[in-house]
Amino acid sequence: MSARFYILLIVFFALVASVAWPLGRFMARVFAGTNNGSRKVGWPLERVLYRWAGVDPNREHTWKGYVMAVLGFSLLTQLITYVLLRLQDTLPLNPAKLGAVAPWLAFNTATSFTTNTNWQSYGGETTMSYLSQAVALTSHNFFSAGVGIVVAIAMIRGIARHETDKIGNFWVDLVRVHLYVLLPLCLFYALFLVSQGVIQNFLHPTTWGTLDGATQTLVQGPVASQEAIKMLGTNGGGYFNANSAHPFENPTPLSNLIQLVSIFAIGGALCVTLGEMVGNRRHGWAVFATMTLLSVAAILVVNHFEAQGNPLLSKMGVDQTVSATQPGGNMEGKELRFGIADSSVFTVVTTDASCGAVNTMHDSLTPIAGLVPLLNIELGEIVFGGVGSGMYGMLIFVILAIFLSGLMIGRTPEYVGKKLDSRDVRFASFYILVMAVLILSTTSIGLMTEAGRAGILNTAATEISGAPWKPHPHGFAEILYAFSSAAGNNGSAFAGLTAYASDHPAFYSVTLAIGMMFGRFLPIVAVLAIAGNMAKKKRVPPSPSSFPVGGGLFVALLTGTILLVGALTFFPMLSFGPIVEHFQLAAAASVAH
Amino acid sequence: MVKSKENARSLLDPAILKPAVGASFKKLNPRDMMKNPVMFVVEVGTALVSVLYIADFARGRAVDSKLTLQLIIWLWFTVLFANFAEAVAEGRGKAQAASLRKMRTTTNAFRTLRAGGVLPPVSTGEGRARGEIISATDLKKGDRIYVTAGELVPADGEIIEGVASVDESAITGESAPVVREGGGDRSAVTGGTRVLSDWLVIEVRQDPGGGFIDRMIALVEGAQRQKTPNEIALTILLAGLTIIFLAATAGLVPSARFFAGDISILLLVSLLVCLIPTTIGALLSAIGIAGMDRLVQYNVIATSGRAVEAAGDIDVLMLDKTGTITYGSRQAFEIVAAKGVDATLLAEVAMLSSLADETPEGKSIVVLAEKTLGKRVDAADGTPVPFTAQTRMSGLDIGARVLRKGATDAVVKHVTGLGGVVGEDLHTEVRRIANEGGTPLVVSEGSRALGVVYLKDTVKPGMRDRFERLRAMGIKTVMITGDNPLTAKKIAEEAGVDDFLAEATPETKMAYIEQMQEGGRLVAMTGDGTNDAPALARADVGVAMNTGTQAAKEAGNMVDLDSDPTKLIEIVEIGKQLLMTRGALTTFSVANDLAKYFTILPAMLTGIAAFQVIKGDPHSSAFWTLNVMRLGTPSSAVLSAVIFNALIIIALIPLALRGVKYRPMGVERILRRNLLVYGGGGVVLPFVGIKLIDIVVNVLHLA
Repeated sequence: MSARFYILLIVFFALVASVAWPLGRFMARVFAGTNNGSRKVGWPLERVLYRWAGVDPNREHTWKGYVMAVLGFSLLTQLITYVLLRLQDTLPLNPAKLGAVAPWLAFNTATSFTTNTNWQSYGGETTMSYLSQAVALTSHNFFSAGVGIVVAIAMIRGIARHETDKIGNFWVDLVRVHLYVLLPLCLFYALFLVSQGVIQNFLHPTTWGTLDGATQTLVQGPVASQEAIKMLGTNGGGYFNANSAHPFENPTPLSNLIQLVSIFAIGGALCVTLGEMVGNRRHGWAVFATMTLLSVAAILVVNHFEAQGNPLLSKMGVDQTVSATQPGGNMEGKELRFGIADSSVFTVVTTDASCGAVNTMHDSLTPIAGLVPLLNIELGEIVFGGVGSGMYGMLIFVILAIFLSGLMIGRTPEYVGKKLDSRDVRFASFYILVMAVLILSTTSIGLMTEAGRAGILNTAATEISGAPWKPHPHGFAEILYAFSSAAGNNGSAFAGLTAYASDHPAFYSVTLAIGMMFGRFLPIVAVLAIAGNMAKKKRVPPSPSSFPVGGGLFVALLTGTILLVGALTFFPMLSFGPIVEHFQLAAAASVAH
Repeated sequence: MVKSKENARSLLDPAILKPAVGASFKKLNPRDMMKNPVMFVVEVGTALVSVLYIADFARGRAVDSKLTLQLIIWLWFTVLFANFAEAVAEGRGKAQAASLRKMRTTTNAFRTLRAGGVLPPVSTGEGRARGEIISATDLKKGDRIYVTAGELVPADGEIIEGVASVDESAITGESAPVVREGGGDRSAVTGGTRVLSDWLVIEVRQDPGGGFIDRMIALVEGAQRQKTPNEIALTILLAGLTIIFLAATAGLVPSARFFAGDISILLLVSLLVCLIPTTIGALLSAIGIAGMDRLVQYNVIATSGRAVEAAGDIDVLMLDKTGTITYGSRQAFEIVAAKGVDATLLAEVAMLSSLADETPEGKSIVVLAEKTLGKRVDAADGTPVPFTAQTRMSGLDIGARVLRKGATDAVVKHVTGLGGVVGEDLHTEVRRIANEGGTPLVVSEGSRALGVVYLKDTVKPGMRDRFERLRAMGIKTVMITGDNPLTAKKIAEEAGVDDFLAEATPETKMAYIEQMQEGGRLVAMTGDGTNDAPALARADVGVAMNTGTQAAKEAGNMVDLDSDPTKLIEIVEIGKQLLMTRGALTTFSVANDLAKYFTILPAMLTGIAAFQVIKGDPHSSAFWTLNVMRLGTPSSAVLSAVIFNALIIIALIPLALRGVKYRPMGVERILRRNLLVYGGGGVVLPFVGIKLIDIVVNVLHLA
């Protein structure tokens, strides 16, 4: 591992922390309505919006009201997007004259963008018009990120408040997150990206002659504006099929670093916001530290295995060492511009968060390096996580960790002054249960149906008696990754899987959409139910006997709980994919020696 | 506390273990098992594989019967061991209650008035002139009964008429009889106690089965045990984990099929049983019953398990000063002579004037004076002058000597009346003592005031340490006293309590509790009088003294049979111990899974042909590389994991019954320690245990 890799790691996390601190504190003020400076500018606009929408900003929701608002808003915008995609051919800003998006694909795509998954069963430049990209999809990039953040804020509010049944007004929160956080950040971010060479135009696709004499069509469009929110909002839906590996999306090493930071920026900031809102900064930083710990560990693993390269290639005499003329390691599916270090960090970061943007093809990772993003997603993307969803997912684990071992101090488990009762435990268990059951059951369906298996790219070299198809652990992993990615609302893929084929248009479109919907909204219901239950309770003032939620001990406890409760659940299925593949690879490599 | 040792039974008492074995089988009834979702899943799974095995056997199908049979037997053991743990806990409680029950069934009652009947015109004090003899179990609430010397009180009740001395040792273990009489704070009698002298007319306050002994029997036996809030929450979590692991295990089937492989139901059930939190699931109810049992060993009866749990959560402990923190009687602390008075003379006069004084104050003056003099002075020929409310002095007349001691103003009046003068130095001394919260008694001989005796309420030894421990536990102690704030402050400082409530009335106590609860704190208090009842009811843990009134006992949620208010501290510790034990075993149980995954999973997947390099040889499977523990064979690995999973339940029964040792120290340290022991230990121990079992299994060729 090169010195450059370690410098990258340190610079990266230092940048995340230094963005998180001011942004998190600012967000705490925004959602308390005490961001006096920026509100001078924003309030007139806020007032107009509330009046226009008939919202009384002073009337807050109960948790059930909040759930209804979240669901209502999401489903309505989902429907609008579906209609826009279906009518794409009759709408303007379609210079390439692309046809209407096919029904199942439109349904899958609308669901995918509504749920902050941004799974793309299509190639962006060949399927979506400029209008679809800029209006139908980019607006969802904002909305779905905003919804995630405000749900996390509502949960933190529930924890911080006491003896009330109100957890905030969804519409007010949603307006504020856009007005004061997402839009201003994206504006500056997009300008920065343009400065690095990301394109932003409405030009027709242009044709160029390549060096070896062929011609190539280069798709143009409003990329920078979508790119900014794609990262900040952990959406991950690329403008181009190649996503952040495409030079128009991610042109320079600097743009790559800032894209990485922007994926973690809001997730990290929410840790600070948590500390501010519950009045315990140490707790906020402890959560931040847990996330950093898990992330660094994952990056080290991926980088280690990727730098080693493929043992079978080594056996064949291929030089995979690092040298001045080549990056070394497993370079299949990677951009030469980025090499092993940047690709490894990007792979982990995009799956720690529920981003799903990629600058590397995950399907081409070595088995254990491929296991890491898969496991990251299955843990529920709680390491900084999807904006908002990472925070509330992590808070679920915080509640579980405190309940599991909090009894050991001889008191009813207590989280920042709130005693945990059976209702909290029921919904927290439900949250974990949904993710586990959803991923395991949809994957099982994918494995057991012909339509599911039809999408697989990687098959075994030989027939296996008893199975008419040629099962290979990597093909298994493609299916497992797809359904994990859907339920976890990540959106990245082992892209070998063909998720949309004209002879099986419905199977993956529907099953993945179901995974995305349930994986998004059932946990949100559980989270808001906990928020409502927490808000009702009395708050015990901090005392020496309170459960310690800051410091190294808590970090260790939380990490242990995440690994034992979260990760072990998926161990059996993972053994059939990357784990056994790793051993097979090792065995095959050793046979030749 | 001596009692608790007496009552502590050996964990290996065969009288308890033998019936528990039988009970383990009786508890297999699915209707009972359903209350415990984790063990219910184990039972259903085990029953399923047993039926399949028998069906295969009957059809004459070839099965690997040696391994299969062993696995099935160990799975049944898992269920039985869980039942056994519960049965042992119940058995220990039953043994405790058995003697009480025996006493209860043989009691007869003499009923003078049926509930709702008309009171006879003549006082029932005439004895058994009218009435009927019935069995104690037939008594109804509102019946009046007549109990005379030598008889057992058949039921809990309130004395309507009569005064009697009662032996309550059967309940409290205290051999000294107590006086009970109607219409005061000592009007309650408990069923099972014996009247030693005189007679009583008692109105029954409980229907049969609702009485004190009945409640005790029911609680310690675990028969009427209702799940406590924490237990419910924990059960939900365990059920949730069980479903998750069910899904994880079920997911193996399509995964294996994808590779054209099959996994037997027996292996799936074995994996499931090992993964779901059986350790805590099996011991959960035993922990609860044992907690209750420990409380009973301390002679405290709780009306619900909820109260025991709440005790662990107490933030504020309200303790009565008198009798709890201090001895309650003022003791002579210092004898200060007036200017020009010989200390020996003062000591002699103080002793002589107190010889006839039988109060604790008087006795303590004699003791202190004896220390100064080095001997005891006799006053056989003197005439004692007793204390009266008018003179507020007592003393002794020996010949011409008029020796007095008493309240300052009374003695000053007495001395000046005889023509004497009390010096300013004496007045200064009196004020100092009063300021320090003490009681000054002036001593005089004739017209001369000799000095002052400093009486002081003495803090019991060791209290400061105990409060220190409570502080370490994060519990705030509050002293309640009727004293003025100045005195209260002084004693509070001396005893080391965190706060005090001076000039306390039932109203101020109530207000204080409410104020604390407003801030989300849980409050515990003790009380005995009827006027304590509202506060006892309001407090989260209200411990009524057994000597107290029926109203107080009804209001509180615990009764201390020894009537020892300091026991509140033990009660809190027992509550904490209960919660800690639950938490420790839960953490342990979850942490165990890591090793079990690495044992069973590779073993059960080696059978899939697609991964076998040499077809038909499980050892050549790529999955067998996951066998990081180098276990003998896939079969021995599965068997060892299942055996470990069953045996660990038995191994942890003593811990579940005794409870995790509670150490008063900071929360952070307790957590670190327990996390290391039960979390870290839970990860490591099964690796070692399974490996050892595997060695034995291979040596004996069991699989």
